[in-house]
This record gives sequence, structure tokens and C-alpha cells, in this order.
Amino acid sequence: MSLYNRRIWINRIGIALSMVAMTFGLLALMWILWTLFSKGFAALDWAFFTHDTPAPGSEGGGLRNAIVGSLMIIGVTTFASTPIGILAGIYLAEFGNTSRFAATTRFVTDIMLSAPSIVIGLFVYALAVATLGGFSGWAGALALSLIAIPVVVRTTENMLRLVPSSLREAAFAIGAPHWQVSIRVTLRAVKAGVVTGILLAIARVTGETAPLLFTALNNQFFSTNMSQPMGNLPVVIFQFAMSPYDNWVNLAWGGALLIALLVLGINIMARVLFRKKSTN
Amino acid sequence: MNQAANTTPSVDLHARRVRLFKLQDTLFHQITLIFALAVLVALLGILASLAIEAMPVLKHFGPSFLWTNQWSVPDDEYGAVISIYGTVVTSIIALVIAVPVSFGIALFLTETCPVWLRRPLGTAIELLAGVPSIIYGIWGLFIFAPLFAEHVQPHLQSFFEGMPVLEGWFAGPPIGIGILTAGIVLSLMVIPFIASVMRDVFETVPPVLKESAYGIGCTTWEVATHIVLPYTRVGVIGGIMLGLGRALGETMAVTFVIGNANRIVGSLFSPGNSIASTLANEFGEADPGLHISALFALGLVLFIITFVVLAISRWLIHRGTVKQGI
Repeated sequence: MSLYNRRIWINRIGIALSMVAMTFGLLALMWILWTLFSKGFAALDWAFFTHDTPAPGSEGGGLRNAIVGSLMIIGVTTFASTPIGILAGIYLAEFGNTSRFAATTRFVTDIMLSAPSIVIGLFVYALAVATLGGFSGWAGALALSLIAIPVVVRTTENMLRLVPSSLREAAFAIGAPHWQVSIRVTLRAVKAGVVTGILLAIARVTGETAPLLFTALNNQFFSTNMSQPMGNLPVVIFQFAMSPYDNWVNLAWGGALLIALLVLGINIMARVLFRKKSTN
Repeated sequence: MNQAANTTPSVDLHARRVRLFKLQDTLFHQITLIFALAVLVALLGILASLAIEAMPVLKHFGPSFLWTNQWSVPDDEYGAVISIYGTVVTSIIALVIAVPVSFGIALFLTETCPVWLRRPLGTAIELLAGVPSIIYGIWGLFIFAPLFAEHVQPHLQSFFEGMPVLEGWFAGPPIGIGILTAGIVLSLMVIPFIASVMRDVFETVPPVLKESAYGIGCTTWEVATHIVLPYTRVGVIGGIMLGLGRALGETMAVTFVIGNANRIVGSLFSPGNSIASTLANEFGEADPGLHISALFALGLVLFIITFVVLAISRWLIHRGTVKQGI
């Protein structure tokens, strides 16, 4: 075969393989989503939302306590990590251009973004569960906040850095103090980006299972008391999927579908919001 | 005279307002600083608390904890090798599959894909990255593992039969769950991460470079392997390390399918345990004392390994994107 032909064929094979890789990735996504939808929708019914998790061996049941528990834990996480994350992000963007402290914090936040979430669960166990007497919804929310905060910090900082310096200088020129410039001018200019960051953080913690295993634990009964162990979707899915009972496994599929819909929905919302703002 | 007297209070007012602003600014600076500090303290706190809780077991067994091939709760004998082996081997399998596939995806998205398809396909890959890992786990356990046991494992076994080393890798009963399955499910999980980083760094290649290569008659494949890949080498390795960091610490996707057996068998078909899956399975029921301390020590090992990997990855990705100015 001539050199020319060989190069053409190598190219064709290479490009074909890259298309195969793309198809492989998309097929995997389709396959996972398809099983999730077909198995999950079969499990969704009225009782799924109105009944609590069934006792071992009993029929029927739903995930009401787990859904409410998850929503409460995620709600507390959002309320705690939003201000902390935004303020830390403002510090990094406004005051931390050159200092070594800011560079270290930035580095640490990046590591925390991908740190193994189960280790964060261990940390909160040692910090709050072992010392303050037992598993609780608060401990779960604390663990999730430690995962959510870095996401908010980094998006806030990156967004603030996109603000043109002329805007900031104009505000300074009319005599505004630094804090007003930060909060009323630059932060407001990137509102959509910061909200996107918060949404991504919520999406990230919604499916997190590992940090809740040793913090919020689980609760078979309906409870809105955050200082007690609390039922939550990911841990229930984990326990029920590994169980020998058919109705438990079905509930696990339903819960998995619910979580996936929530996470994908929030992700898509964040994208739409951000794109609308950035095309303006 | 009269006029000057009239303006004094207003100057005074201005001075007071400026002082107030200054005070507020200092306060604002301090408050934001405190929250930034809190993030830093959290990480140090994680390291410190893991180290403190791991102390009893490290004192009891000494550094040999790291290379003891024994994990037995009834005998109170703990060694980290079984879990470290599972973590490392599953992550290597994941990378062996994920790296070429991610390269293919990134190449397709940046070079050959029609422009109108780029955005939706890229979004799909990014959404795949957002799917919670427990979904991969439950899918791996109920859908993938049975199919794998029935249709793939027997063929692998008969294919490698008689080959010196490989036969041992694929020996044992094809039960579906095990180290190989965990590695494959992990690879599906990290492909989106590696592929999106690769796509992003591929896009930093200056068009002039690629166009000159096309201009002297290079094929797309030659441009990709001789121009794009060498130019983005650092960023690509950073992306791979990022995927590795994810794979090492992943809990749910692995716990469902690795089989949870505390022993090392040479075969990839056999069940095993990773650090994260050991923690997820045993921590809830662990007795205070050596057992719980040993689990904390495993967590510390995992944290240190991923910390190093992620630090290298961040450094490389940073270097890779800074380079685009050239």
C-alpha cells in the first residue's frame, strides 16, 4: 500500500474510532436513563409519595419520610452554604488578587471540589456525631454544606472576575465605598452566574449518598426533627437496593428516578438561566 | 467669612461619612476574610480529625498497617492493603477504558462533529457528568452485572484460556460483580469528566497551528495526534488526573458492584473491596475502638492519595490553560 493510501486509511480508522467512542458515550447515557425511566416510573404511584418506608417484609409503602427529609437537609444546606460561599468568593475576587493566603484558599477550594465525599462524611462524624451525641439531620446538612460551599465559592469568584473593571472604577469614581461596589454593583452584575453556581451546588449535593451514611443516617419513620436521625432519599436507595425484598428494590428505583430527574432538571435550569444572561 | 462658617458643618459631615465608609469597608473586608478562612480551616480540620481518630490503630500496628494483608473484625486485625489494592486496581481499569474513549469523544467534538451538533452533544456529555453516582451503582448492580456475567465473562474466559498471565486475571466463577465490573462502571462515571476537560483544552489550540498543518496536507488524525495532542499534553494529563481523583474516591458506584469481600484474589472477576466501599459498608456498624479507628486510618490514606492526585491535576490543568497565550 502506498504511503498516501496508508495515511488515508489511518485517518479513516482514527476518525471512525472517535465516532465509535462518541456513540459509546451516548449509548451509555441512553441505556442508563432508559432503565432508570422504565423501572422508576413503574414504581411511582400515589402511595410512593404519601406512605412512609415499609418495615422489612411488609408490603407496599412509599418514600414520604425520605423525600421530606432530603428536602429539609438540602434546604438547610442551601441556606447555610449560599452566604458563606458568596462572601468567601467575594473575598477571593475583590481582595485576594495577590496575597498568598488567597492563593492557598483557592487551591484548597479546588481540592475540596473533587475530594472524596465519604471522607467529608467521616470528618463530620468525628466533629459532630461522635461529640454531640448521635446522628442527626443537622450533621447531614453540615456534611453536604462542606461539599456545596466550594462550588459556590469558585463560581462566584469566577463570575466576579468577568465584571469589566470599568464598571467597578465608575462606581469608585462617584465615591462609593468598597463594600457597596462589591454588593450593589459587581455582585448584582453577575447575579445570574452566582445563582447558576448555587443551583449547581444544589444539584451536586442532591445525589450525594456517602456523606449522609454516617451523619444523617436514616429513619424509618416520618420525622421533621433535624436533631434526630433523618430519612433521606440517597441512603434509603442504597439500603433498599441492596435488600432482598422486591418492594424495597422497586422503591429504590423510584427514588433513583426522582433524584435523577431533580438533578438533571436543576442542571438544565442552571444552563438555561446562564445562557439567557450571557447572550443578553 | 460668613460663607466659610456655613460650609464647616457640611465638611464635617463629609468627613464623618468617609470615616463611616472606611469603617464599613474594613468590616466588609474582615467578614469576607473570615469566610474565606473558614474554607481553609475546614480542609485542615478534615486532615487533623482523620489523623487524630486514626491514631489508636496507627500506634497499635505501627506503619505496618499500610502493608498488612489482613482485615478481620472478629480478630481485631487490620491492614490497609486489601482496600488499597481494590481502590488502585479499579481506578486503573477505569482509566484504561476511559482515557481512549474520552480522547475519541473530545476529538469528535472539536474536529469532526458538524457545528450544529457540537453544542447538544457536548451538553449531553456534561449532563452525564451530573448524574449522581448512586444511579450508576444501582444500574451496575441490577442491569450491567447480570448481562456481563452471562454474555461477556464466559467469552473473556474462553478467549484468554491458556495464556500465561492473562488466564489468571480472568479466572474464577463469572458472577458479574467484582473488581472488573466496578472498574467498568467507574470508567463510565469518569468519561464525562475527562472528556469535557480534554475538549476544553483542545479548543485552546490556536487555529493557525492546525490550519498550517492542514495546509501542508495533514489528515485530521495526523493533526490530532501530531499537533493538538502535543500542544495540549499538559492539560490532557491534568484532565486524566482529575478523572483519577474522582475514581479513587468514588463510593456509591463501586460499593454496589465490587462484591465487598475482604481478600485479595489475583483474578479481576473476584469480589474485592475498595477503601470507599469498606468505609460505606462497615462504618455504620463499627464498634468503638480499633475497628472504627482503622476505618478512619483508611479514610486518611484515601484523603492523602486523592489530595496528591488532585493537586497535581490542578497544577497541570492550570499550566495547560495558561499556555494558550503563546
